[in-house]
Amino acid sequence: MSSQLCCDVTDVALSQLLRVLSVSRCVYKVRAGCQPAELWRKMLHLGVTLLLLTAAAAGPSGSAAPPLRGPGLGFSPAVSASSASAPPLLLLPQPREEYGAPGVALARSAAEEAAGPGEEEDGGEHQHHGGGFRVVQWEWSYVQTPYIIAIWLLVASVAKILFHFSQRFTTVVPESCMLILLGLVLGGVVLIANKKQLYQLEPALFFLFLLPTIVGDAGYFMPARLFFDNLGAILTYAVVGTLWNAFCTGFCLYAAKLLGVIDERVQAELMDFLLFGALISAVDPVAVLAVFEEVHVNDTLFIIVFGESLVNDAVTVVLYKVYISFVEVGAENVQTADYFKGVASFLIVSIGGTLVGLVFAVILGFITRFTKKVRIIEPLFVFLLVYLAYLTAELFSLSAILSMTFCGIGANKYVEANISQKSRTTVKYTMKTLASIAETIIFIFLGISAVDKSKWAWDTGLVSCTLVFILVFRAMGVIGQTWVLNRFRLVPLDKIDQVVMSYGGLRGAVAFALVVLLDGEQVKAKDYFVATTIVVVFFTVMFQGLTIKPLVKWLKVPRSTNRKPTINEEIHERAFDHILTAVEDIAGLQGYHHWRDKWEQFDKNYLSKLLLRKSVYRKSELWEAYQKINIRDAISVIDQGGNVLTSARLSLPSMASRASFPEVTNVTNYLRENGSGVCLDLQAIDNVPGAKVEEDTETHHVLAENLYKPRRRYQSHYSRHFMPLGEKERQDREVFQRNMKSRMETFKSSRHKRHKKERSLKKRRGSDAKEDGSDKPRRNVSWQDKNPVVVPVESEEEKAEHSDPEKEDDVGITFVARKAETPKQRPQSVPAALDGRQSPSAGPASPPTEDSHLPWKGSVGSPPPCVSVEATKIIPVDLQQAWNQSISSLESISSPPVPAEPVHPRVSALSRLGGPRPASYTPPGSVVGSTSSIGAQVAQGTFSFSEPKKEEEEEEDEEEQEMRPLMTSQRPPGFLPPPPPPPGSAPGPGRRSNPCVYLRSLVTAPPPGSSEPHSRGPTQL
Amino acid sequence: MGSSSSNMNNIPDGQQLLQETGFSAAHIVRLYERFEFLDKDNTGHLRPEDLETVPDLDKNPIGARIIGAFFPPGKETLDFGSFVRILAHFRPADSNRARDGAQQEPANSTTGKLRFAFQLYDQDGDGKISRDELLQVLRSMLGLQVTEEQLQCIAERAIQEADADKDDAISFDEFRKSLEKVDIDHKMSISFLR
Repeated sequence: MSSQLCCDVTDVALSQLLRVLSVSRCVYKVRAGCQPAELWRKMLHLGVTLLLLTAAAAGPSGSAAPPLRGPGLGFSPAVSASSASAPPLLLLPQPREEYGAPGVALARSAAEEAAGPGEEEDGGEHQHHGGGFRVVQWEWSYVQTPYIIAIWLLVASVAKILFHFSQRFTTVVPESCMLILLGLVLGGVVLIANKKQLYQLEPALFFLFLLPTIVGDAGYFMPARLFFDNLGAILTYAVVGTLWNAFCTGFCLYAAKLLGVIDERVQAELMDFLLFGALISAVDPVAVLAVFEEVHVNDTLFIIVFGESLVNDAVTVVLYKVYISFVEVGAENVQTADYFKGVASFLIVSIGGTLVGLVFAVILGFITRFTKKVRIIEPLFVFLLVYLAYLTAELFSLSAILSMTFCGIGANKYVEANISQKSRTTVKYTMKTLASIAETIIFIFLGISAVDKSKWAWDTGLVSCTLVFILVFRAMGVIGQTWVLNRFRLVPLDKIDQVVMSYGGLRGAVAFALVVLLDGEQVKAKDYFVATTIVVVFFTVMFQGLTIKPLVKWLKVPRSTNRKPTINEEIHERAFDHILTAVEDIAGLQGYHHWRDKWEQFDKNYLSKLLLRKSVYRKSELWEAYQKINIRDAISVIDQGGNVLTSARLSLPSMASRASFPEVTNVTNYLRENGSGVCLDLQAIDNVPGAKVEEDTETHHVLAENLYKPRRRYQSHYSRHFMPLGEKERQDREVFQRNMKSRMETFKSSRHKRHKKERSLKKRRGSDAKEDGSDKPRRNVSWQDKNPVVVPVESEEEKAEHSDPEKEDDVGITFVARKAETPKQRPQSVPAALDGRQSPSAGPASPPTEDSHLPWKGSVGSPPPCVSVEATKIIPVDLQQAWNQSISSLESISSPPVPAEPVHPRVSALSRLGGPRPASYTPPGSVVGSTSSIGAQVAQGTFSFSEPKKEEEEEEDEEEQEMRPLMTSQRPPGFLPPPPPPPGSAPGPGRRSNPCVYLRSLVTAPPPGSSEPHSRGPTQL
Repeated sequence: MGSSSSNMNNIPDGQQLLQETGFSAAHIVRLYERFEFLDKDNTGHLRPEDLETVPDLDKNPIGARIIGAFFPPGKETLDFGSFVRILAHFRPADSNRARDGAQQEPANSTTGKLRFAFQLYDQDGDGKISRDELLQVLRSMLGLQVTEEQLQCIAERAIQEADADKDDAISFDEFRKSLEKVDIDHKMSISFLR
């Protein structure tokens, strides 16, 4: 935080490293072994005795001496260094003999550095005993540091589990209170065992490791829009409010001292009190986060209090630094210039910190742009750069919290867009886990640190005055500032908000760490300040944290709903933004929306181009939102189907995912057993399509219900991610597909080809290949003997691969959307194949012969097929695309001979179809036309009538959708199809015109998607 | 505000607008200055072309619609009264100023704000946002970033979500219902300078 701290912190780290590197491992062992003292000794008694039963060499077990062994089997210095560099920063006991005295500053002393190893060397020599080879060795000192850390983390985590055993209990008592209490208990145990406190919250540990994890999490997941919408209020409270608190508290404490309320023993001058006021007045992000997360006040209130607690870091840092320097030189030597320096320092610290953060945000965004091939380390980049932003700011003694916060806020948008879904999840969970653990450790150690006789220099006057002052001035500051702010705010903060904000001004570990960092030589009353700070922190976190929930309830503060926006809200809110910007422009106001719009333009034109991948850049936010909503729906439906999760629990993604995991399979099984094609989307279930398409829907439903299972069984293994998917995501996808399907049903779209592209993607993926390996044969078995459609599917995959090389692996949702059309496709082809007429025994007969067996041929009495170019001309241009598609799908049914054995479908397709029948191959390409340019080209090359260009096809797709129902209802009865071509007219090799002719003859058949039910009857005769 | 040409007395219907819209006198004066500025040829009326000259409005994806909203169907001009009345939609809701009386709902009420937004979608004025109308807005807001198909999906989804009476369109009530969780007062207000 402060420059001094900065120095200290770096010094400590460096000295530790040097020390560890210079001292032999054996020496290190001795040092480490001495430290854990009583608590560990007790534990070790047991362990050692047990171990020694098997150990060959006897050690000094059972004695009071720390159990130590000679050197181990030889370790590289790097190993010991890495394991040892952490201890001083982490959980080392407070009395570090080798450092001489507690406190960071002392670690700097080089002389001590030299002396320390010397001593330990002696100790090391002393411990060299035994010798010889031992079967089992007691390597406590080797593992000590990480071991202790791990044990602490374990204790903290288990404590959390225990707290949450009772749901009712945790809703009343905030976790932070429980953790502090636990810390007090643990501290008491250590104190009783050891007669003096071994552990405390080390400032270096806190500022270098614990705080960044929490701030990083907070910054990265900060709701940016909300933050900037309230930036004015946040800045005001953070800067003005903190200054007000600091000065008022400081001066009033001094006044209390003069009045004699504070005891004479507290040797403090005005500067000391101002310093104390500065460090005690800042609202603490950790405490605020811990308490407010459980209170669930509305977003605005939360972001103001929390934003304030983050941003006021700059103020705290500067005030702390300035006062420290003033205390050092003495109040009487402070010159006027120094005050201006203080102001300048504030600007530099805050703006500099912000800039450092933004620079790192840009770097982070830029790096993640190129991680496509190394998805697996994407999360690492996020952590590293965000952390580096923090460290760099510390390095230059700028506001590290500001730096990290703005790095997180700035980078989030671009990083989230760039990295894969998997990485997003990883980042999220890792950050949350780390932050949660850090928070736990902080509160436990706050509790432990309080149980320390050496710290307690109690003065009732000081403590009570401080408590009263911080509460009163906080309330006054909030009310005063809110009064001013409300004149400018759109939605004024009402009295209830002000009460919560005043009451929510929690102090926490930052204040404690800062006060511990004080130099006892300079600040005579340090011990009193430490004790007071502990009391203040405990009071705010425990008492206020405990009571703020009932207070919020009693005041009926609007709570946050944890509701995710619906697609309508997404759309309309965007529209509102545009409206407001336009109206501001018209009204000639250069207001907030004006500038936000300017920023968005800039972001779109420059920043996004620089920091986003090309493929991502083209995507629309609204589309992303739409996809997210769809997936969310799917998840919630699954969860509700399980009847286990309440919507409230759903709000916690971690819980939802974990808890719903076992449910997922049940739901899916249930759905499978039912075998219904009913869409799982809640909103879509009762969607009644227009009357126009109703009839068709009905028939379609029949098909979907009959044919759903195979599709699902197969498709559930489709993976859109690079990495193998968890069961749950697979389920999500399935449901998502069904959502899309139902939506598509209303369209009655027959753009059915694209799902194949997905398969191709899947095929390409190595990690999925394994999954598929088990799946594909099964699929082939189930389909192959009856269903020749496999072949065109695969051939199309090939094309899709060509047409789609740029697609990223994790943009799968786009595919999934199209996959929805699968049910339409499958039904088309399957019944034809299932009809049995076309038995596998027919083998690789010549295609035309097969044609006559096909259902849709049967329905026309299978006259010899002859070319009727006129037939195609009848079809309006608008519909030709539709015709193409239907042709191709029909063609795909008829063309490929049935491979009897489960060969690789594509291979079989190629081998059997070979050259002679190019036409049968191309149609699928034409089908892909609307999505793949290559396919379109192929189609245009083959069919003379597939004129439409790509863009037009898109349009035509729409029209098709409208027209299809008409076609299906009218065509089959009214349209007399021309006879199919005779067997002899099978398209020969090299005759380019023939395929067209052949196909055109097919054109006369009704489109398969809808004709299926009609054509089915005749064939079954 | 200080210029002599634009004080309250010179503004047509100034006092009435003050009453009607809830703007302060300073607001009205300021808006009148703006109005005169936009009214290049000093006719006392604004034409659509006048608004189109506003910088940055051409960059607004739905700018044309918003300009259209200033001109009721059939009218080609906009006088100051209408100008202010439309802008009054965006005045923040006032909590303390009790606007009792027999007037109809003030323009800056939640309903008024929503009504303005709704009419931006509902171009044919039939009281419903049809799928096509929604698609048009989406298309203009999303531009070329998404395919037509994706637009369709979004529109379909939005209509399904909001459409309570299954008429495949969003009526005003459905529109309001779909946004009832949104803080309209916040999202549809502009802090007019004082």
